[in-house]
Amino acid sequence: MPTTAPAFADATASDSALRRFLFGLPGVDAVGLEARAASLGTRSIKTTAKAYAIDLAISMIDLTTLEGADTPGKVRALAAKAVNPDPTDRTTPRTAAVCVYPDMASTAAAAVAGSGVKVASVATAFPAGRAALDVKLADVRDAVAAGADEIDMVIDRGAFLSGRFLKVYEEILAVKAECGPARLKVIFETGELSTYDNIRRASWIGMLAGADFIKTSTGKVATNATPANTLLMLEAVRDFRAATGVQIGVKPAGGIRTTKDAVKFLVLVNETAGEDWLDPHWFRFGASSLLNDLLMQRQKLSTGRYSGPDYVTVD
Amino acid sequence: MASAFEYAPAPESRSVVDIAPSYGLFIDGEFTEAADGKVFKTVSPSSEEVLSEVAQAGTADVDRAVKAARKAFEKWSALPGSERAKYLFRIARIIQERSRELAVLETLDNGKPIKETRDADLPLVAAHFFYYAGWADKLDHAGYGANPRPLGVAGQVIPWNFPLLMLAWKIAPALATGNTVVLKPAETTPLSALFFADICRQAGLPKGVVNILTGYGDAGEALVTHPDVNKVAFTGSTAVGKAIARSVAGTDKKVTLELGGKGANIVFDDAPIDQAVEGIVTGIFFNQGQVCCAGSRLLVQESVQDEVLDALKRRLSTLRLGDPLDKNTDIGAINSAEQLARITSLVETGEAEGAERWSAPCELPSSGYWFAPTLFTNVTQAHTVARDEIFGPVLSVLSFRTPDEAVAKANNSQYGLSAGIWTEKGSRILAVANKLRAGVVWANTFNKFDPTSPFGGYKESGFGREGGRHGLEAYLDVR
Amino acid sequence: MSDNNRLGVFKTYKLYVGGKFPRSESGRVYEVTTKTSAAGTAGKGQWLANAPQSSRKDARDAVVAARKAFGGWSGATAYNRGQVLYRVAEMLEGRKEQFVREVAASEGLSKSKAAAAVDAAIDRWVWYAGWTDKIGQIAGGANPVAGPFFNLSTPEPTGVVAVLAPQKSSFLGLVSVIAPVIATGNTAVVIASADAPLPALSLGEVLATSDVPGGVVNILSGVTAEIAAPLAAHQDVNAIDLTGADAELAKELEIAAADNLKRVLRPQPVDTDGASDSEDWLASPGTHRLTAFLETKTVWHPTGALGAAGSSY
Repeated sequence: MPTTAPAFADATASDSALRRFLFGLPGVDAVGLEARAASLGTRSIKTTAKAYAIDLAISMIDLTTLEGADTPGKVRALAAKAVNPDPTDRTTPRTAAVCVYPDMASTAAAAVAGSGVKVASVATAFPAGRAALDVKLADVRDAVAAGADEIDMVIDRGAFLSGRFLKVYEEILAVKAECGPARLKVIFETGELSTYDNIRRASWIGMLAGADFIKTSTGKVATNATPANTLLMLEAVRDFRAATGVQIGVKPAGGIRTTKDAVKFLVLVNETAGEDWLDPHWFRFGASSLLNDLLMQRQKLSTGRYSGPDYVTVD
Repeated sequence: MASAFEYAPAPESRSVVDIAPSYGLFIDGEFTEAADGKVFKTVSPSSEEVLSEVAQAGTADVDRAVKAARKAFEKWSALPGSERAKYLFRIARIIQERSRELAVLETLDNGKPIKETRDADLPLVAAHFFYYAGWADKLDHAGYGANPRPLGVAGQVIPWNFPLLMLAWKIAPALATGNTVVLKPAETTPLSALFFADICRQAGLPKGVVNILTGYGDAGEALVTHPDVNKVAFTGSTAVGKAIARSVAGTDKKVTLELGGKGANIVFDDAPIDQAVEGIVTGIFFNQGQVCCAGSRLLVQESVQDEVLDALKRRLSTLRLGDPLDKNTDIGAINSAEQLARITSLVETGEAEGAERWSAPCELPSSGYWFAPTLFTNVTQAHTVARDEIFGPVLSVLSFRTPDEAVAKANNSQYGLSAGIWTEKGSRILAVANKLRAGVVWANTFNKFDPTSPFGGYKESGFGREGGRHGLEAYLDVR
Repeated sequence: MSDNNRLGVFKTYKLYVGGKFPRSESGRVYEVTTKTSAAGTAGKGQWLANAPQSSRKDARDAVVAARKAFGGWSGATAYNRGQVLYRVAEMLEGRKEQFVREVAASEGLSKSKAAAAVDAAIDRWVWYAGWTDKIGQIAGGANPVAGPFFNLSTPEPTGVVAVLAPQKSSFLGLVSVIAPVIATGNTAVVIASADAPLPALSLGEVLATSDVPGGVVNILSGVTAEIAAPLAAHQDVNAIDLTGADAELAKELEIAAADNLKRVLRPQPVDTDGASDSEDWLASPGTHRLTAFLETKTVWHPTGALGAAGSSY
């Protein structure tokens, strides 16, 4: 994959060229965007469609623990859950990945080895991203060396908000170069970018810089993934593929806790980017408690009874 | 995951509404047969199933209803406004309580998707009664002088596209101001008005204040020409509107007419494109395009025409057409065989005149009246599809180069009901809006309605305004 | 009261602050008695309840609660606020008897007069419920400025309003001063009638079950001047309604209110017995209680021309 899509090679020629490009993107009307997201949220997903959506959602989860209190024991428990989410029902799909801090990547890699579950590691001084570039790159190198299949980096929001777009772009390029075979997810922290116009611009910076995924948020701020900001990012990857032929994934993270929420996001994917994205390779949920709700709903569909929290495993 | 995300059927339950096999006219608080005993059938346009048989009002029934309304007027208009207000608040609340039932009923009788009746029609109906309930005891503050007086008996004729909502637009301000009403719903959608009659009874509304006459155009004509009617309110076609305007000549009747339209939806090159595409879709495919203020002409700036059309076609391909009771249906049935024939004929004319037709790829059900979302490109001002109101899911796409040209084309119509402007530049919105000869101009949105906001047209789209403070004037003696 | 010998359960009257029902932080209460028929005489009525005697700190807490609620309440649609106010009327209708009893005892009224006052109070909620989405259409509008500009004036709520409820009309008067303040999106800290606080404290229970968000109305009972003084001087209170103050207190509070230029609604002219609330609460209210606590915001925006010079338009 080229580092910059040829169709937009000029866009990143200089800071001013990039600024012109980003400000030439169509604006986003917030009311209209949110109304569209809300309207898709009223889709009624029942019976067979719901069963399909639940399994798909489980298979798209980056099962996440990103706490200061994380230990190898906690990470191994999480990995076991990712590999085998419902011990009572072996037909339950595994999750896409476990998502951990870099120092837990090797533990996670050992725990999921051979299962098909990927190891995603946050890096680049997650979540604030306030560190020197070489520190961030070292963070990435460590994670990849420890066995991370995927790197979840954060952009420099300070640089973005002060208009130094090329710095944001070049930092992503540098991280991408450091990733080697690992797929790169670029986190914008949409809650800090604040406006939808900014989220659209950040999406394009990420896509131009070679992101494999664009990701809403760290889960560490007040506003994380929302239907509206995810819809906007789905429009971005849709438009990017139309322009370049390159498909890029989307990962909403944080705040998605219920099956109902997850299904709404899948409807957004289906009706915005399209069914090509309805695949764990192209769409992920950054979540933890979501998994148990999906499992309880899955049990409800198979037994006809509402399940309870004592019938899914606590990790 | 190989299989696509197919939404399973999600039908709203039909059992929430109990439709009787037959209904009478609602006159003086009672359901009664037509004087001559005539009846007609109302069918569900999505299946052609007969839903019920309703009385067909004739001249004698019109006279009886007007007499009942006249008799009720004396006491009703003498009630303190605060008491009239409480009746209307009761009606608003009962509509809210029964909204699911009414939504299903409206969907069955009209053919529009349950999503729309549930999320648009019914909430607006209740809100309209709430809003005008509040005016009933505040007329002194409305800007029409101290203690403005009602007109008397209002004869109201409404269309089939938003049966209950149009009823609300007519009845709520009429009652709030102290008038009594005789209302005739359209012959293809009589049921929700009859259910409304039941709501009036539940609310304890005095007899004769609201009278509902189901029937055809002849009943409507008898109503608006009745000598004891003081106020005529009509929503429907421009042709009938003109006939009404002639018929009231030389009388004291006050008239408001809400007629056809050929709304221009103007998309500039600096528009928020994704939202504009949604707005175009809402503008012409909401309610199957059977909306007088539909954005049926898309005027798109040439520099973004291809981008907008590609996005629009992609978006139209995701529209879900089918069972109106399915909660995931976006496009329902056309209201009647007659309307379907009109749409079909105009679309054939469009093709014959050389406009390029594109229809969304969707399968049409085998029974019922259906038309796929359609757009015409390469349309010019001279094409019939650019001038005549189609009143269906058909969009005519024209292009423009400059704002001047957009405004000139937008205004080049016998109609003047609605228009849309899409641009992120505020001063352009206001400058263009200032030049448009249209009664409602939406900027970066479309087909938005609110009881507080006046609605009505310029030119042959009619006169008078419904909604808002302005909507009171149509029912007050302000001479 | 009942036919059998069952002992009744008394209600502990509490304040209503931030959607909760605290006792006064002071721990103090005062005796509330029936109003004797010979109004104004020294004769003491029958004991009704012990009402919380609010302190400065209760007033401070109420302001914090009102400020916290302001964003959500003022940001709600006018339609939504109307629905909520109408809901209050619905809930009151169901508890009419309780209020008739409390009003009759508190004000020394016959049952029929008390019932008329309660009926009017319910209708007053309906009246103001209808104003929420109309006051902007009366008090605002487009201004035809001489230039290429769009110019629109819109009324907005001023913020947190301290309300001294009338001393005599313990319920109709109370409702008549609270409803207009919150109808437009303000939040209120209300000081109930000092001698007749029970209907006000019971109103809190109705508001709490009527979809009115916690903190939108906060109700304090106690010595009016003691609670009013810190509110009048409070820098985070935007306006004060002095209806329940006598002339001397009103002047004092208005001076204090000037410190941060609070909007002040003065009490109506006093009647012969020197009491402050001579307003005829049964009369149809105008709009002055709505407009007293509104700010007008005017927005300018260029309309410009369609094209550059020489445009055909």
